[in-house]
Amino acid sequence: MLGLVHQVLSGLAIGSIYACVALAVVMIYQATHLVNFAQGEMATFSTYIAWALIEAGVPYWAAFFLTVGFSFLMGMAIERLLIRRFDKAPVLAVVIVFIGMLVIFNSLTGWLFSYTIKSFASPFPEKFALGNGYMSPHELGSVGVTLAVLAVVYAFFRFTPLGLAMRAAAQNPVSARLVGIRVGYMLAIGWGLAAAIGAVAGMMAAPIVYLDPNMMSGVLLYGFAGALLGGIDNPWGAAMGGFIVGVLENIAGAYLVGEEIKLSVALAIIIGVLVAKPSGLFGRVLVTRV
Amino acid sequence: MAALLEIQGLSAFYGPTQVLHNVDLAVQEGGITALLGANGAGKTTLLRALSAMVRREGVIRFEGRVVNEREAEDVARLGIAHVPDGRGTFVDLTVEQNLQLGAYTRRDRDGVGNDLARAFAHFPRLKERRGQQAGTLSGGEQQMLAISRALMLRPKLLMLDEPSFGLAPLVVKDIFNILKAINEEEGVSMLIVEQNANLALSLAGYAYLLETGAVVISGPSSAVRADESVRRVYLGY
Repeated sequence: MLGLVHQVLSGLAIGSIYACVALAVVMIYQATHLVNFAQGEMATFSTYIAWALIEAGVPYWAAFFLTVGFSFLMGMAIERLLIRRFDKAPVLAVVIVFIGMLVIFNSLTGWLFSYTIKSFASPFPEKFALGNGYMSPHELGSVGVTLAVLAVVYAFFRFTPLGLAMRAAAQNPVSARLVGIRVGYMLAIGWGLAAAIGAVAGMMAAPIVYLDPNMMSGVLLYGFAGALLGGIDNPWGAAMGGFIVGVLENIAGAYLVGEEIKLSVALAIIIGVLVAKPSGLFGRVLVTRV
Repeated sequence: MAALLEIQGLSAFYGPTQVLHNVDLAVQEGGITALLGANGAGKTTLLRALSAMVRREGVIRFEGRVVNEREAEDVARLGIAHVPDGRGTFVDLTVEQNLQLGAYTRRDRDGVGNDLARAFAHFPRLKERRGQQAGTLSGGEQQMLAISRALMLRPKLLMLDEPSFGLAPLVVKDIFNILKAINEEEGVSMLIVEQNANLALSLAGYAYLLETGAVVISGPSSAVRADESVRRVYLGY
């Protein structure tokens, strides 16, 4: 029983990283109905920026927030300078652009920071002063950071005029323009937020998986699976989905099939759920009268 | 009276297809102008051209300034509110959020609060449903919401695309009475696209008749109403 509790808790910890990635993916999906395949590599690049700052002697939390800010600007710049030029391009063209960005970010990271695996500091202590062993401080910290990110994103979209305008622009760009919302700018902010959230995921993942240019490629897949499981049209569902994938993965690894194919089992369960409920566990069925 | 909106030689295009041909039109300050015509005559396109939603050529003057180069979001900032064809409801957001978005470009919080109260006074149904998801409203309620949202901009010019479309006659009567009151009490100028010519001519002081993308008849509503061909084809008596 204690073992199960331990597996669930550490599943929540890794799931919190998937939840952040899922949230980042959904952020862009909601506005454009496209999945940014480069989200993981962008996050890796951001994590290297944090690593470089820490190496240069910047205290951890200062480096953390500087990286989040830098990533936000990077995301906005990518949308403004690159993605918006494919505004009217066919979907496949945009998909190729995303894949191109994935490769570019991956190579850029390797070229700038080398492919050797690096360790990345955790801001949390090695061990609890009063240890119980269910969760390491970093695991607990990751969950806390993810919950904080969710709370900030929720408050932003729920209570600020800018957040409301972004939702309006994503839902009905034509009407949004007619009330004077600069829709292009809203898209850029969406990209900025996605990149910033991805950076958080990267910085929380790096102490666990170690820092290397391919660190997030798997994580993106699980984050995406989490988003689909929870419902890709619903940020909160997607984040929940991320947590669920983390827990499923851990339990499958510990009790069902062992470490090697634990993800296959988790993904098979997800496919099963989606067959029964294609809009995801928390996907909303839109009610509209016309 | 001075012209608030004046357009000269306006042409509009969907891709390579020209839909409007050299349209001249004016809306007087404080006046209501009706734009009549059958399906496909180019009425909706004319409003879209004014809101920079389609490719267009020609000269558009608003308050004497040439505003041809403005993007759609900047047209709203000039004080031109557009109630689009299909109402343009933000279906996932609440009624109140829809109204708040109408005032997105305004910075006077108190004024916006007052205008919200005014919208609820005009349409008590919206007040009852202020927290409800806008997509669940009936067609008539969504039309009320669309008009109220446009008014939240405090526009100088309100452009309405078929406000009577698909609504029960009683609801239409209500909406037109409120439009008349808003025009008289607040001096908001209006450009109304309508298929229901009788209704539009009863509200508007001036009217234009479009056929296949060009103005064929224009004049004071009484004169347009008296026109033999308008009477036969559009009024049906």
